[in-house]
Amino acid sequence: MQKKLILDQNLLEITISRLCYQLIENHNDFSNSAILGLQPRGKFVANRIKDKLGLLLNKEVAMGYLDTTFHRDDFRRRDTPKKANETTIPFLIEDKKIILVDDVLYTGRSVRAAMDAMISFGRPQSVELLVLVDRKYSRDLPIQPNYIGKPVNTMQSQRVMVEWREQGKKKDSIWLFNNLDT
Amino acid sequence: MTQLSVPHLLGTQDLTLDDFNLIFETADNFKEIINRPIKKVPSLRDITIANIFFENSTRTRISFELAEKRLSADTINFSSSQSSVKKGETLLDTVNNILAMKVDMIVMRHASPGAPHFLSKHIDANIINAGDGTHEHPTQALLDSYSIRGKHNSFEGLKVAIIGDILHSRVALSNIFALKRLGAEVMVCGPNTLLPKFIGSLGVKVELDVFKALQWCDVANVLRIQLERQQIKYFPSLREYSLYYGINKSMLDRLDKEITIMHPGPINRGVELNSDVADSEHSIILDQVENGVAIRMAVLYLLAGARPEA
Repeated sequence: MQKKLILDQNLLEITISRLCYQLIENHNDFSNSAILGLQPRGKFVANRIKDKLGLLLNKEVAMGYLDTTFHRDDFRRRDTPKKANETTIPFLIEDKKIILVDDVLYTGRSVRAAMDAMISFGRPQSVELLVLVDRKYSRDLPIQPNYIGKPVNTMQSQRVMVEWREQGKKKDSIWLFNNLDT
Repeated sequence: MTQLSVPHLLGTQDLTLDDFNLIFETADNFKEIINRPIKKVPSLRDITIANIFFENSTRTRISFELAEKRLSADTINFSSSQSSVKKGETLLDTVNNILAMKVDMIVMRHASPGAPHFLSKHIDANIINAGDGTHEHPTQALLDSYSIRGKHNSFEGLKVAIIGDILHSRVALSNIFALKRLGAEVMVCGPNTLLPKFIGSLGVKVELDVFKALQWCDVANVLRIQLERQQIKYFPSLREYSLYYGINKSMLDRLDKEITIMHPGPINRGVELNSDVADSEHSIILDQVENGVAIRMAVLYLLAGARPEA
């Protein structure tokens, strides 16, 4: 299996910083904004963003994790059901400006499920989407991110993998895998 | 593992330890969901479930129906008292007629032990046993063990006493299978006439003195005397049963430890449990009811998910 490095640890840190500055540009001091990391892998991105924003703004930014398993549109259409993860939202969604955070945006179906799941908690004032990697030209749904870490052109047979130190990896990195020969 | 090892939930006897853990973990997720402002998820929106009750039920039926509705399934309810069963239709014909209307899952309670097993061999839909005679009541045992897990965290070395009418109780049998699989020690306690003859072969302790059982156990699951199933007298009077087997506050006070009190409902207050026990802080009876919905959502979700799209 061939793999290609898209972002290494240094560049990834720079990317996270840039995304944070872009967020601050639109959300000022985050007094009415909150980050919602999509389970399972968006939470790593959300944690990094939250930590960085904490440093930049010198305050704790509201953050939660959202699980979308029960709102997915592929239930009974895949061989085995997906395993659910924890949802923790320690703030009120009602009237907040919500930033959904995920690692890779591909077909857009997870984000649709996430919006559906989020609405169960209340009516946000606005919803934005932040992704670390945007796989361009691969959307099944009319969903586009507001903040993009790194746009990449990929083929359907390829896979993008984000690895984090929190998962026991040596370094943070983003890889592009060629699945053709597997 | 994200899938159950069985296509139907007929009894806890068929479930593996992995199955139990998967159901419990999924129920954790659903428990969070039913405490949200909007308690509904769209997972089963393309599924129709028939609740077929050939025997009376209030809480199991409401609990199943709520679980189905919170998963967005379409439901139809059927009870034998208002149906063609009275006109002489067989079980298989009744169910096949319901399935002909494109029903995907069947939740069934029946007075005959083995009725859901029989059905599972003849029809295509997923079947959940909501109680078959005196045999099994798997979702009750699942929610009982889930409630124990919530209170005690682990089953390893945990001592559970099942007290009351063991002979007529499907809850007892399902609980024994479930708790043994999960690693708990199980004791049954009741008058000799209400203990099944071969209870020893299930690998449980047997005790006739209720106070000794309470002293031994960490959790006491108290069962109702099922008068409706008793064709003959198994004990002289309810008053006498209550005197020898009823649990009251002063008994609990005499123990040198705190034990958890459970009851699958409906409680006959003053017979098997006194009000001062049923309403005490040791009782997790209402937790059991709340957990029942989450457990049933988990079972429905997992069984439906394993079914390949037709």
